[in-house]
Amino acid sequence: MIYFDNSATTQMESTVLATYLKVAEEVYGNPSSLHGLGDTAEGLLQQSRKQIAKFLGVQDNEIFFTSGGTEGDNWALKGTALEKSKYGKHLITTTIEHPAIKETMAQLAGNGFEVTYLPVDKDGIVSLTALKEALRPDTILVSIMAVNNEVGSIQPLKEIGMLLEKYPSIHFHVDAVQAIGKIPLDLSVTSRIDLATFSGHKFHGPRGTGFMYIKHGKKIAPLLNGGGQEKGRRSGTENVAGIAAMSRAVRLLLTDVEIKQQQQRQIRDYLMEALSHYSKVTIFSTMTGAPHILCFALRGIRGEVLVHGMEKEGIYLSTTSACSSRSGVSSSTLAAMHVPDSIATSAVRISLTDTNTLAEAEVFLGAFAKLYTQFRDIH
Amino acid sequence: MHYTEIMVRYGELSTKGKNKRTFISRLTQNVKRALHDFPDVKIHGERDHMYLELNGADSELVAQRLEPIFGIQNYSPVVRLPRDMEAVKKTAIEMVQSVFKEGQTFKITTKRADHRFELDTNDINQLLGAEVLRNVPGIKVQVKKPDIEVKVEVRLEGIFLSCQRIPGAGGLPVGSGGRAMLMLSGGIDSPVAGYLAMKRGVEVQAVHFHSPPYTSPRALQKAKDLTAKLTAYVGSIQFIEVPFTEIQEEIKRVVPEGYLMTVTRRMMMRLTDEIRRQNNGLAIVNGESLGQVASQTLQSMVAINEVTATPIIRPVVSMDKNEIIEIAKKIDTLELSIQPFEDCCTIFAPPAPKTKPKLEKAQSFEARLDVEGLIARAMENLVISEIKTGDTSDQQQESTFADLL
Repeated sequence: MIYFDNSATTQMESTVLATYLKVAEEVYGNPSSLHGLGDTAEGLLQQSRKQIAKFLGVQDNEIFFTSGGTEGDNWALKGTALEKSKYGKHLITTTIEHPAIKETMAQLAGNGFEVTYLPVDKDGIVSLTALKEALRPDTILVSIMAVNNEVGSIQPLKEIGMLLEKYPSIHFHVDAVQAIGKIPLDLSVTSRIDLATFSGHKFHGPRGTGFMYIKHGKKIAPLLNGGGQEKGRRSGTENVAGIAAMSRAVRLLLTDVEIKQQQQRQIRDYLMEALSHYSKVTIFSTMTGAPHILCFALRGIRGEVLVHGMEKEGIYLSTTSACSSRSGVSSSTLAAMHVPDSIATSAVRISLTDTNTLAEAEVFLGAFAKLYTQFRDIH
Repeated sequence: MHYTEIMVRYGELSTKGKNKRTFISRLTQNVKRALHDFPDVKIHGERDHMYLELNGADSELVAQRLEPIFGIQNYSPVVRLPRDMEAVKKTAIEMVQSVFKEGQTFKITTKRADHRFELDTNDINQLLGAEVLRNVPGIKVQVKKPDIEVKVEVRLEGIFLSCQRIPGAGGLPVGSGGRAMLMLSGGIDSPVAGYLAMKRGVEVQAVHFHSPPYTSPRALQKAKDLTAKLTAYVGSIQFIEVPFTEIQEEIKRVVPEGYLMTVTRRMMMRLTDEIRRQNNGLAIVNGESLGQVASQTLQSMVAINEVTATPIIRPVVSMDKNEIIEIAKKIDTLELSIQPFEDCCTIFAPPAPKTKPKLEKAQSFEARLDVEGLIARAMENLVISEIKTGDTSDQQQESTFADLL
């Protein structure tokens, strides 16, 4: 089996799973309990937080645990909206965000907020000029993803940050779910980024885990109120086993990270080069995009047909994004990049991780050649 | 910039006459202890300065370790060169470049311990000054109050260059003023009191009362973590746990509410004094601050202090809470201190303790207790541990969970 759908989800790494099991079995105290079992759980929670903070180059008190990317995105947006609506009701995002951002923005738009969607160019990169023009005195939030989940385009966060230096009161949120471990991400004191969303299952951690980076001193209202966990900003009994396992997954991910990125880039470039020789293939990802995503279309063949054809060969990829795979709508990112619908419906995505190999890419290309011929004979 | 040695200037020591040698050897010991993991650094405590020969050790790392050591007025990283003006020129330029910021001024100050050197002080000043002006764009000479003063010292054994004076922690070398017992509760004041006592040269040992199950293991750990913070100034501190449950229960049983606090404090003072006697201490240090709580009024002090003639040092006695908090922030104990764990002072706290207890009454209520028996049993069960820099619960947890994470 060859798994090329790592942007949809990843397989839990075996030692990460071992940590999960051991903690679930042995460290079952509630971190809020006063007794020793609670102390141990609380200690493990803090060490997990410390480790993540260390690997991201931020302070411990800037990491907040969540249930994943969707919650993080919802929290960043609604939390900012609730916190800052008295200063303004204007929000800025892009036309290529994940639905967790897009749908939340739509909900806020239905509740008295005004949303500006920034366009992207043909490579899926947001326009700085458009951002500059969109900024207003009543803007309270700019939310832009770091790496697009469908085509892998990398957004110019540094330049956006520089542009926002002049607007210190605007919250700058980055959906970093597809970026961690794939591209350098600067969250240091000097970075302009205020909020960033992360999801555990995208880097071999457990489902239902995630964390949010919130720059020290930046305020967003809680989405979940209750027992006052996470310094009162995100209540709910902590998922200690999940958090510890995720913390381990972060360490594994970010150890020798450059080498791993290089490996994935090599595989991606190899595939891209080989696919570009087929006359009926259109490639949407670019060489300068994230090292792990390759989005392309075999024109005239619907994406899901190719996905199922590949599955027969034991190779797993997806139509543009898992979240839209089942809903049947063609990719919104490609639409925003002005790719005609007729081609966008054929789009598929290969997404890699550090365990994928060049040999797997070879096998994929063999299978693709076979299918290509087969489809050509049918059409 | 590659420095070859660090010159340390003593603080008040220089004025301490006959005892100076004791101070210097104590400071030398403390510096050695702080640099225990730099085996190559050679430390020479001389009469007017201390020299640290770096022998290749990183001058910045070594300088960082000197920062919290009491008894150091200031220190300068120094480059030692052969008696060759070409090398001196090159190094002087490099040195100024490494610290120069836009718009700053400089001057060269030369001292010759060896008057047979071919150039005199003026020659050297002019020669080097001209070189720096030529090679550092934008720099100006300013003789009165320069931003950068390059000191050149010509000695028989070589020429020494330095241009920084880094302020030290001041105070007196810890241990030069004898030993005292610090009553460490876990609040904001007592660690600050301990720090201030150390600053004046006193070596402290931490005495902590705990009353399980009324006080939690976390409260005990907190006291240990606070002690670990204080080790930054000395390397390690002895931590003495005093089992206090029986005494508190007994007091609660027989002493009227208004005098609970007074009698409890008298017992604590007796125990601390007994520990002091056994450990050859000379005084007791605590975090009492006038008027802060019921036990810290002058009347309370009279009623409590009566159990001992040992000097009681109260470094924060006249400070406002805000002033104490400022210091706690500086020594990084505040965050720990404000963790909300019950300690033995809050656990049996009566709703209305007497702010003006009478000594005679305290004595008569206390007479209902078997004071000697209680003290003896507590003394038999002391738990003594050595706390070193980095011995915090955080560090322990880190190693506990290392395999999982």
